[in-house]
Amino acid sequence: MFHVKEYIRAESLEQAYKLNQKRGNVLLGGMMWLKMGSNYKTGVIDLSGLGLDQIVEETDQFSIGCMCSLRALELHEGLNRVFDGVFRECTRHIVGTQFRNTATVGGSIFGRYGFSDILTCMMMLDTWVELYHGGMVPLEEFARMPYNRDILVRVVIKKDGRKAAYASQRQAKTDFPVIACAVAKKDGRWYVSVGARPSKARLEVLPVTEEDYQTQAVRAAELFTYGDNMRAGADYRKYLAGVYVRRLMEQLGREDV
Amino acid sequence: MKVQITLNGKLETAVIEPDTLLLDLLRQLGCYSVKRGCETSNCGLCTVWMDEKPVLSCSVLAARADGRQVTTLEGLQKEAEQFGQFMAAEGADQCGFCSPGLIMNVLAMERQADHMTDAEIREYLAGNLCRCTGYMAQMRAIEKYLNRDKEAPAE
Repeated sequence: MFHVKEYIRAESLEQAYKLNQKRGNVLLGGMMWLKMGSNYKTGVIDLSGLGLDQIVEETDQFSIGCMCSLRALELHEGLNRVFDGVFRECTRHIVGTQFRNTATVGGSIFGRYGFSDILTCMMMLDTWVELYHGGMVPLEEFARMPYNRDILVRVVIKKDGRKAAYASQRQAKTDFPVIACAVAKKDGRWYVSVGARPSKARLEVLPVTEEDYQTQAVRAAELFTYGDNMRAGADYRKYLAGVYVRRLMEQLGREDV
Repeated sequence: MKVQITLNGKLETAVIEPDTLLLDLLRQLGCYSVKRGCETSNCGLCTVWMDEKPVLSCSVLAARADGRQVTTLEGLQKEAEQFGQFMAAEGADQCGFCSPGLIMNVLAMERQADHMTDAEIREYLAGNLCRCTGYMAQMRAIEKYLNRDKEAPAE
């Protein structure tokens, strides 16, 4: 159980940022993961009063506030229309409805967890994070950055015409994924993101070739590294990645016709 | 610190610690239907509604509920009793420990969606675990409850 000396509902991002520079303080996302620790925190900083729980659709992009719930992502009509239902697919297996009503996009992305379906899915798209201090950073770059004490304010996804597909495999319903795969296609390129390897998602961009999907998928899967944990071994994960990437390529290929 | 929540339609004021969980506050306020099961945000036993949405009260700080509406099974007695009859008729009540959380989520699901398929119901309720593993009986009870108007015998 984690213990907290002070609860602070932030009145501005500036206030939250200043408070977050103190090592004993921590920003509160959905709290699903944070509360599992046994740390003592001087203060928890709650951003829930700053109106950052909305998804705003603009002409050329979606702007997703850091306090937006995973359930809102799952149900958002515009996001799922533009990106072929991938946000429903990447969220619906995460624990349960109640969990997804509380877990936040900001918590999922800032945490850069290896098991994250959300990180894997967003990485195949033209996704940026807006950091309060650091400004706009491509998600792929953000995922590689060391943890710091900045605030992830929003996630921005550009409507650049990518067609997208997502799949994951779990040993049991509601468990973490054994492998998470996301593939997008645009202008003769595949954007392939693989997460839960078990390390965090990474992106590879490959040309669409005349070869069969199996060949292209195996080539894509070979570009990632895989590891062992209690859920699966590296070889099995690599094999699964090839299978799921092929299926997603086939799905996107069919949608082209 | 002091918080005010509208609990089952009644304004309640409580003095809490900054790290008090909503689950503990609700039990202090007499809502014993709210159960602590896994404490890892996985089992759904502690399900309550916050502003009409089902949430896990083991994973929400009570401070975050300040100014919000919270509903527990105690505030839905009539509906809970009705659904409970369907559960009993199917033998789905079993040990009963998971029933309050399940009922809260079933009633939330009923409000949010019409004409759900079996697969959709299972997906919505995936976060409600039953230690007796009596999911088939629960599914029968839920389907009959959701279709109760259609299945009511003609008079």
